[in-house]
Amino acid sequence: MLGYLIEKEFKQIKRDWILPKLIFIFPFIALILLPYAANFDIKDIRVVVVDNDKSSQSNLILNKFRANTSLNINYIEDTYSEAMELIHEDRADMIINIPLGFEKDYIVDKNAKILIAVNTVNGMKGSISAMYAQNIISDFSIEKNSSLQVINSPKMEILPLYAFNKTLNYKFFMVPALMVMILALICGFLPAFNIVGEKEKGNMEQINVTPITKPVFILSKLIPYWIIGAIVMSIGFLVAWLFYGIKPEGSIFTVYIFSFIFTLAISGFGLVLSNYAQTYQQAVFMMFFFIMIMILMSGLYTPFTSMPPWAQTIGSFSPLKYFIDIMRCVYLKGSKFTELLPQLYSLLGFVIVTNTWAILSYRKKN
Amino acid sequence: MKQFFSFAKKEFLHIFRDTWTMMIILVLPVIMMLLFGYAVTTEVRDTNVGILDNSRDEISNRLVDKLDESEYFSVVKSFNNNSEIDEAFRRSEISMAIIIENDFSKKLITKDSPKIQIIADASDPNHAKSLVNYSSGIISQSLMQEAKGNTLSSQINTEIKLLYNPLMKSSYNFVPGVMGFIIIIVCAMMTSISIVRERERGSMELLLVSPVKPIIIILSKVTPYFFISIINILTIFIVSYFVMGVPIRGSFFWVFVLCIVYILVSLSLGILVSTIAKTQLVALVISAIILLMPSMLLSGMMFDISSMPLILQGIAQIMPAKWFISAIRKLMIMGVDVRFVINEFLVLIFMGLVLILISLKKYKNRLE
Repeated sequence: MLGYLIEKEFKQIKRDWILPKLIFIFPFIALILLPYAANFDIKDIRVVVVDNDKSSQSNLILNKFRANTSLNINYIEDTYSEAMELIHEDRADMIINIPLGFEKDYIVDKNAKILIAVNTVNGMKGSISAMYAQNIISDFSIEKNSSLQVINSPKMEILPLYAFNKTLNYKFFMVPALMVMILALICGFLPAFNIVGEKEKGNMEQINVTPITKPVFILSKLIPYWIIGAIVMSIGFLVAWLFYGIKPEGSIFTVYIFSFIFTLAISGFGLVLSNYAQTYQQAVFMMFFFIMIMILMSGLYTPFTSMPPWAQTIGSFSPLKYFIDIMRCVYLKGSKFTELLPQLYSLLGFVIVTNTWAILSYRKKN
Repeated sequence: MKQFFSFAKKEFLHIFRDTWTMMIILVLPVIMMLLFGYAVTTEVRDTNVGILDNSRDEISNRLVDKLDESEYFSVVKSFNNNSEIDEAFRRSEISMAIIIENDFSKKLITKDSPKIQIIADASDPNHAKSLVNYSSGIISQSLMQEAKGNTLSSQINTEIKLLYNPLMKSSYNFVPGVMGFIIIIVCAMMTSISIVRERERGSMELLLVSPVKPIIIILSKVTPYFFISIINILTIFIVSYFVMGVPIRGSFFWVFVLCIVYILVSLSLGILVSTIAKTQLVALVISAIILLMPSMLLSGMMFDISSMPLILQGIAQIMPAKWFISAIRKLMIMGVDVRFVINEFLVLIFMGLVLILISLKKYKNRLE
């Protein structure tokens, strides 16, 4: 019985116009494009310079700015208000204003001023840009001072070490986690539409009068997504390896086992929603609502520990949180299966809860 | 006109009867604002730190206490050797470890520059950079206190002026983003699905053989979504103004006009998707992948567009959300005059016209 039902599911998927494309092409394209978009690196900050002093010192400091790769001096204006105009038009992000008498203040009075005005509508970009500019200026004055300075106070050496991602490559961080997101989107949304689709087409009535039991019915819906999940994951591995050169530090076997468990959890959740929804539109919006919360609170884009405690509590009900943690651990740190047992238990908990719920909420009678 | 009203009423009934969808659509903007306002943040807080203190003397203890006291870190583990550190990282129990060399105080007094190593989990590079910055700041500051440090000779005071958003609130950035996103959901996704549903169920056939002009049918279909979007926009304004303290610095009139233009563009996108898609699933997939994901990722709502590779910047240019968000930021947050957003207005109007023309053409073909 189960075999026939699964065969039916696969035939339906194969005959659909968009599903095969979604399963095979979407992960591929998404994984190639998303890591470039989902990037908190700030580059190419557009700078406008207002140099009122036009002295050798101001020129030296501007050369420091020119040498920096994150900042581009795009415009040089005569007055601050002209520079402001460029900010209003969104053609520049930052103004560096060197006041008249900068050189004299710096050399004679040993105390000069520079004004940096940054557009901080995007607070994060603004603060990073300001930090870059400030670092350049303080490097400049440290270089100037180093010959004069006498150090008398005790000092120590602080040696920072960036473990697990020495080149600080943002893609190493995002690619494994984006694989989880893509898997969750495909294996969460498709089951959510599946049972609703049967309801809207009227197939459900026919299935309800057959002797198929509830667990068998739910299993027949679950197993195809399990297989689809494995396909999506394998495409993800290949793209990560061939396109980005990212291979798991730990064993690929560990990743596969966890991805099987995760797929069961998220597909089960999709089936639960599908049981409750009456129309496609309902299923779409319910799934969208939950998956958006789960993604944004999982630590995918921003660190989980940065959230306030109440948000962390809600976030710990997201299976994505655990699987993303696992993927990053195995890919970057080479964690072993036995070191990830707490995450394993949480995921298994989700599997049991969502799938039992899916079986119980499927009703043959109205 | 009477036909139009009765058709629009029918569509309203469709929507109101579906309480679940209705609720989600009305609550979604508020939830998104809360999520972006409080949950999606990169600030460092209470990061788990492990310590390997080889000296365990007075000064090193004080250093560890200083770290633990700060709001950024909480010391959760103390290790006896390096291999324990490695394991704690692999179990993802800590995000940062600090190793203090032996005889720390003694070396400090004899000016032997004792070493402190900060190991940050650089899986997340930006977070790791902030962790290193904050912790080395705390460590050197507490050492300065121990030693009462000296001052530099010539110095440059950098005065930093934070334009428009001096408190660096993230809400200033995401409120326009949430608006752009919600309208795409309601206007493009819901509209296209509801039009395609009529076709899938066969009720579209019935409507088309009635004496009502097809254009009236489509107009009455999109009317309710137009009103829902306006309600959503007003909800966002109210929450952002009263709860999150986001100002409306420019003229509210133009902000509102801009929203209406953007809603119309999104509705025409929805109509276009509905003429292409044959089934609800296809309508959904198209609007989710081609409209929704780019509106979130490529609109400048979360990630900075100018830091992306050129090809993605190019794709971003054809997303209506990008132009809408850029204009609303300028009008609402920066409070500039409307002449600075003429470009955005023109692009949006042009997009709307093109979309309407294409869907009209497509629609006629389908009738024959």
